[in-house]
Amino acid sequence: MQKLLLILIVLTLAACAPQPSNPAPGPLSPSDVSPSTLTIMTHDSFSASEEVIRAFEEANNVRLFFLKSGDTGSALNKAILSKSAPLADLFYGVDNTFLSRALDADIFEPYNAPLLAQIPAEFQLDSQNRALPVNFGDVCINYDKAWFAEKNLPVPQTLADLTKPEYKGLLVVQNPATSSPGLAFLLATIERYGPQGYLDYWRALKANDVTVVDGWETAYYTNFSASSGQGPQPLVVSYSSSPAAEVLYAAEPLADAPTASILDGCYRQIEFVGILKGTPHRAMAEKFINFMLNISFQADMPLNMFVYPVNPAAQLPAEFVQYAQTATNPARLDPAANRETWIQAWTETVLR
Amino acid sequence: MKRLVPALLFLGIFFFLPLARILTLSLDSGFILAPGGSFYPRLASVLGFTFYQALASTLLTLTFGLPLAFLFARYDFPLKNALRTLTAIPFMLPTVVVAAGFNALLGPRGWLNLLLADAGLPTIAFIGTFGAILIAHVFYNTTIVIRLVGDAWGSLDARLTDSAQVLGANPWQTLWRVSLPLLRPSILAASLLVFLFDFTSYGVILLLGGVRYATLEVEIYIQAISFLNLPAAALLSLIQLLCTLGLSALYSRYVTRVTTQIKPNSPPAARRQPKTLFQKTLILSLSLLCFGFFALPLASLPLRSVTNLSPERRAPLTTPTPQAESAPRAYQSPLSKTFTLAYYRELFINRRGSLFYVPPVQAALNSLAYAGLTVLISLALGFPAASALIRAGKLVRWIDPFIMLPLGASAVTLGLGFIVTFNQNLPTFNLLTFQSSTFNLLTSPFLIPLAHSTIALPFVIRNLQAALATIPERTREAARVLGATPLQVWLRIDWPIIRRAVLSAGALAFTVSLGEFGAASLLARPEYPTLPTAIYRFLSQPGALNYGQAMAMATLLMFLTGLGIFAIEKLRPPGSDL
Amino acid sequence: MLTLTSIVKSYENKPLLKGISFSVSPGEVVCLLGASGSGKSTILRIIAGLEEAESGAVLWDGQSLAGLPAHQRRFGLMFQDYALFPHLTVFENVAFGLRIRSEHRVARLTRIFSGLTNPRDESDVRARVMECLELVHLVGFGQRRVLELSGGEQQRVALARALAPNPRLLMLDEPLGALDRALKESLLDELRQILRKTGIPAIYVTHDQQEAFTLADRIILLRDGQIAQAGTPPEVFAHPASGWVASFLGLGNVVEAGQGGGALQAAGLDLHKTILLRPQAERVAAGGTLSGVVSDVIFRGDEFRVELANGWYFFVKEAPRLGETIHLRVFQVEYLP
Repeated sequence: MQKLLLILIVLTLAACAPQPSNPAPGPLSPSDVSPSTLTIMTHDSFSASEEVIRAFEEANNVRLFFLKSGDTGSALNKAILSKSAPLADLFYGVDNTFLSRALDADIFEPYNAPLLAQIPAEFQLDSQNRALPVNFGDVCINYDKAWFAEKNLPVPQTLADLTKPEYKGLLVVQNPATSSPGLAFLLATIERYGPQGYLDYWRALKANDVTVVDGWETAYYTNFSASSGQGPQPLVVSYSSSPAAEVLYAAEPLADAPTASILDGCYRQIEFVGILKGTPHRAMAEKFINFMLNISFQADMPLNMFVYPVNPAAQLPAEFVQYAQTATNPARLDPAANRETWIQAWTETVLR
Repeated sequence: MKRLVPALLFLGIFFFLPLARILTLSLDSGFILAPGGSFYPRLASVLGFTFYQALASTLLTLTFGLPLAFLFARYDFPLKNALRTLTAIPFMLPTVVVAAGFNALLGPRGWLNLLLADAGLPTIAFIGTFGAILIAHVFYNTTIVIRLVGDAWGSLDARLTDSAQVLGANPWQTLWRVSLPLLRPSILAASLLVFLFDFTSYGVILLLGGVRYATLEVEIYIQAISFLNLPAAALLSLIQLLCTLGLSALYSRYVTRVTTQIKPNSPPAARRQPKTLFQKTLILSLSLLCFGFFALPLASLPLRSVTNLSPERRAPLTTPTPQAESAPRAYQSPLSKTFTLAYYRELFINRRGSLFYVPPVQAALNSLAYAGLTVLISLALGFPAASALIRAGKLVRWIDPFIMLPLGASAVTLGLGFIVTFNQNLPTFNLLTFQSSTFNLLTSPFLIPLAHSTIALPFVIRNLQAALATIPERTREAARVLGATPLQVWLRIDWPIIRRAVLSAGALAFTVSLGEFGAASLLARPEYPTLPTAIYRFLSQPGALNYGQAMAMATLLMFLTGLGIFAIEKLRPPGSDL
Repeated sequence: MLTLTSIVKSYENKPLLKGISFSVSPGEVVCLLGASGSGKSTILRIIAGLEEAESGAVLWDGQSLAGLPAHQRRFGLMFQDYALFPHLTVFENVAFGLRIRSEHRVARLTRIFSGLTNPRDESDVRARVMECLELVHLVGFGQRRVLELSGGEQQRVALARALAPNPRLLMLDEPLGALDRALKESLLDELRQILRKTGIPAIYVTHDQQEAFTLADRIILLRDGQIAQAGTPPEVFAHPASGWVASFLGLGNVVEAGQGGGALQAAGLDLHKTILLRPQAERVAAGGTLSGVVSDVIFRGDEFRVELANGWYFFVKEAPRLGETIHLRVFQVEYLP
């Protein structure tokens, strides 16, 4: 019993110790003794330049905490489950495949950010501005350029091409039940072929030996032939920005991207930020959203997260201009209430 | 009984309470009665597969692990410690890394298949097969058998087997009629643990078994994360828990019945140097097999972490494959492989000036700090609990199976339970600055070692329980009569005898934490990224540099854990077996 | 007939057995007597085939047993604390050796896996186990668990287990070591009768000369890995081969060569030889064999044990006083080789 008490005391003491912080912020002027804090809950893939974040912190005398909470689905679920006593002031990273869940759960407060005026209407999916668009990325099929060149095979141009016999066994996709790009690609096929026809399309893909794996990491690094994993399939569901990442994160400088995207049959994932209901730091949260929508952060995103800024004023880095392309006429279907039904029907058709 | 309280309280707060919160959600919704169409038929097939693969994996693990346990318990041979350490490393590697290792070795374009193709032989399909699940489970869990059974085997009274031999039993008969029956409790203990790990397997199924196979845990993940269907997830977790409880109850009943028969403190068998040619051949081939099985998949990680693959795109394809049908699978682009340390150098560079750059040393230190805390918490709670559990009482026997439950818990459900339960801003008072503030356990870094401890505690308790049971109460009484204070009794009697078990219990807790088991992956990891987190982070973006850095980080993790285990093995008191 | 020739064995690089040779004739009970650490148990393990000698040979009827594994030697060995199988009942412990042997080579694996036994074998086994349990007076103990038994009962089970397969040689390693004195004496008696009755040649290892004299047809005394003396109990008793043997067996007061004092010289003894003074003596007024100051007197019923200041002891009929100087005539004074 004593031991337990001891442990509790130690834990309490330890917990009471000053909150661990991000790497020490720049020197604060003596006048601002205790900066306020702002917590942003987000998914594990969130990334930003230290410089940009520090600039915001200094300008507003605030300290930012980023609460990374797993993949998109996990992070959102966590925000929903903790809405009674929100863990953060903002939530960033819900995308349009999950948006309806977030809005149904009513976790956001509306905010009519002035900068929304600069952002194309196609990204503003919530009319009440509870979720504000920050970036977008296109889930597209990537292909191994060298492979098709060597085989002297024309690169497939459309979704329909993928069911042709010459592309038998060449495509790897992700399970929509466990993977976000997997779900996006499924939605792209549903938008193209309709809720009645998409299963037929998948039956044809299945007959054409499509490979299904659990998630993006496996698909890209184990199965895709152009990645370091040197896998067997030259076609993979990934992002239209992946070729740029291949160049930027090449082991040795590359003259050209080893991969490229097929711009038909893509799905446009838009990521949103929202102010969590009940935040005591509403004013600062608004400032942070303004900051996210503004040019410096918007221009910082592409190379950190390999996504496109929604603010057209933000300049794209050269690598993006050269190697990444946006999709032509991407799908944006909102799964809303159909998510579970569609995924289950897909599972029955493709996996069983 | 009193000594059980801390552990029970801990499990109550950090395990049963979160689960109960999630389960009540399920009951409230009435989901159990009307789950909708195909839920129950689907459940039946998932449950069937979960049991089937766990059983097959467990049997295979035993088949492979028992000879190794025997080898390590009874013989001394060169590099024994290194080999033992090697077998323990997989246990704490993230599945992504292990999958990458298997892929490099046995994948569609792994080097085995490249060799086969070169030799003109048909290639094998490994990734995405049922066999891959079994092999990966064996790869992960053999160390449990080696540890638990090997420990018992090493301390088995050698005169019993000698007696059997003199009575006419040949080595096989001695094994079947004496050694194995006597080892039954530890074999059962190891089997149960292995079975539970296989039963709740998640990553291995997804990454190596492929999407066709689904265990309960995979279903729970899909229901909870993809569909946010908490009632369904809770119902599935409940079923999983009941299965676990049933198994561990059976185990507790059976093992307590058997262990009381074993004479404490019988002189252990001496480890032998191999003498006959047969023994030498046996040991050599077993250790080679062991080395090959554990080292080859792992070796590809450090290998890939220093290899720069650059495709020679212009070179013509050299070997046209005879099988036209499988042409895409047999596709090879010639690669020039060069040695590079660029990935390691890159680890230390924050090239994009990212706020979330993880210095590798920091990640290693964070991992070690979490693991250290986990060891402390689980030992502090496990000790009194284990000493209470060895005193047989009616109530204690009832409690016993519940101790094992955390091993069978769904990590996903537990993680969600944590969120629902601990999301409270508690007022606290900072003793250093005299300021009041609020404290939310859910965002505290302490939640992670606490979560790890719920998983580590069953291991620790079981390990210590077995060791404490070997100390006759009379020995303690004798010491007390001779004037020893309780502390002295503990220091001079208990501690020397159980030191070994404490070290291996600590080692298990350490590895459980380093491997980032279960629930922790769902919890917030605000400012203290660990090595596994860093690996995942690299693997989530395309690019050879990212992949290389992930391999480099995985190599660091392997090296670190190997070093830790090796040190612990070295700490074992000289003369003690295993 | 068992023969050992020049057995050499070392333990942790120290020589333990330095050339042990002896043989055991049919029906003979041989006691290996020696202090602990003298290598007695190791000899048994070498005979049993559990350990190998570094040189020398173990022969049975003139055939070398080298290379024959323990389970094919058909010897019985009873361990110091019995090493009963804790997972088996008394019956199954005794039946162990019988069942093992009844498992035919070809059918062995299937039997082991199926747990089936040949009914005829089974009735033979049952009969033999009963016979053995009867022999050791444990009828009705068959279904008991072995760890529920008392020390003496465990000892009997171990004996029955060793006897059941009819070994051609029985080895007992300090079988009475852990038992109390009264129990020891009654079991010793029983053991002797059982060994006589079965006629199985036996090697009995002990450090207790009383046990050895009670049981042995022949005693082999071990000292520092060598045989100090071998012979029948009367031979050894009458003619100890050395001062060490005499004092180890407690035959009397030993005066090593060159160690004796003036009193003995006065009695005309040759002090250049080792002298054994057997303790039977009588008190004389003057002269006698020796004299000394009484330091202790113990009443022993029909006589008194008198200890002198120099540590020697004698048995006399009349009690002297403590501190008194007495003269004794020792009945038997022998020179030892």
